[in-house]
Amino acid sequence: MPEVLGPVGGRQSGERTVRGVSASPDVVIIGAGMVGAACASYAARAGLTVTVVDRGPIVAGSTGAGEGNILVSDKEPGPELELALLSQRLWTELGEELDPASFELEPKGGLVVAETLDGLRSLYDLAIVQGARGVRTMAVDAESLPHYEPHLAPDLAGGVHYPQDLQVQPMLAAACLLRDARAHGAQVRTGVEVTGARRDSNGRLAALLTNVGPIPTESVVNATGTWGGEVSARLGAPVPVLPRRGFVLVTEPLPRLIRHKVYAAEYVANVASSEEGLETSAVVEGTDSGTVLIGASRERVGFDRTLSVPVLQRLAAQATRLFPMLASVSAIRAYRGFRPYCPDHLPVIGADPRVPGVYHACGHEGAGIGLSAATGHLIAAALAGKEPEIAVSAFSPLRFVEEAA
Amino acid sequence: MSTFWFDGHEVPFRPGATIGAALLASGIRSWRTTRGQGRPRGVFCGIGVCFDCLATVDGRPNQRACLTPARDGMDVRSQEGTGHGEFAG
Repeated sequence: MPEVLGPVGGRQSGERTVRGVSASPDVVIIGAGMVGAACASYAARAGLTVTVVDRGPIVAGSTGAGEGNILVSDKEPGPELELALLSQRLWTELGEELDPASFELEPKGGLVVAETLDGLRSLYDLAIVQGARGVRTMAVDAESLPHYEPHLAPDLAGGVHYPQDLQVQPMLAAACLLRDARAHGAQVRTGVEVTGARRDSNGRLAALLTNVGPIPTESVVNATGTWGGEVSARLGAPVPVLPRRGFVLVTEPLPRLIRHKVYAAEYVANVASSEEGLETSAVVEGTDSGTVLIGASRERVGFDRTLSVPVLQRLAAQATRLFPMLASVSAIRAYRGFRPYCPDHLPVIGADPRVPGVYHACGHEGAGIGLSAATGHLIAAALAGKEPEIAVSAFSPLRFVEEAA
Repeated sequence: MSTFWFDGHEVPFRPGATIGAALLASGIRSWRTTRGQGRPRGVFCGIGVCFDCLATVDGRPNQRACLTPARDGMDVRSQEGTGHGEFAG
């Protein structure tokens, strides 16, 4: 039985004609994960009538399987860094408007560390070009590392501190923005699977077809993350989004030992790489509840959810290399998820001219939580016919069509 | 009868009993305090799922008393918070 969550404190009678969905919402957002929630919040705040649908429960996909990173540190200069900087600013604003404790928004800052002088030199080179784009960076020499993280291995070459990096609890953050959207009149309906799109005689979107019936609307947003490829195909506007599996290892709760998001310099290279095989690099951070999260692995194995002990062993070994004290700490569980990646590692954001009325907001790979706020902001602007805050051509859904042609 | 140490007291146990079963049989109901508010905890689910009955066993914190078999001479300590006091401060 699909669950219906009406507007918070809003009217719930009269406007319902199609089983719990208002007769003809301005926009239907497909996907109740972090990106869908951000799109819903910004669109509802812009005064649009919004319905969010999801085939499962809320935050059941990659939103519930990550670490909640809002990073500028791991982005090389380019369109994604601009998106990350906008998102960082918007998340900070959201933290001021909403209750930041309710989704564990923490301006913890990132600390990227290098094992070798060569690695440190590359790290500094990256920091310089990032700095030119407005990223705040601070070089940290080996002697100063313990001031940032007293438990780091003593033989590291140095690092870079990124004070703008934030962390959230992603499931709580998505729930918080869905609540905010509902407070602005949006509806959230779970258990609704998209089956197709009905178009009018001009080819424009007329209704979203679902397993519980058609929802008449002029606009839909494909915010289905790793499943964005399949859903876009059903909408008649396919974009290539594929899964890249990652594991996160969770320790028993500890006193607060690790204060920043700490990761090894190789992480930046792994994020940008297109390797098929397994790649791992240490990403270590403490959480509010005391557990330490240890990532990050990347491999292209489709939607295979099999637990891989060798991957977890590599993660544990790399984390212990950075923080030797973790060797005496027990790992109590692990989880995995699928990052939605596009061939060029950039998300797909914006209107798809092949089916007027269809918008995409997916393919954010491992950065969907961080980039969600900017994505929602851009989508709301596009729906309202406003100029985007930053250049969006690099995120165009048509870039794959042109490549194929 | 075999015994193990619990916070310096001898606790008897039958062969095959878990630490948790032996403690309960001796009338001891709580051997951990929570991380946030220091509330008392002991066996809740009894089947290894809830992680409420954690104890420090032979120096290793966060061992589930309901699953850990008692052994003669074992050193079981009640646990405060994370049990990793060595990292605090």
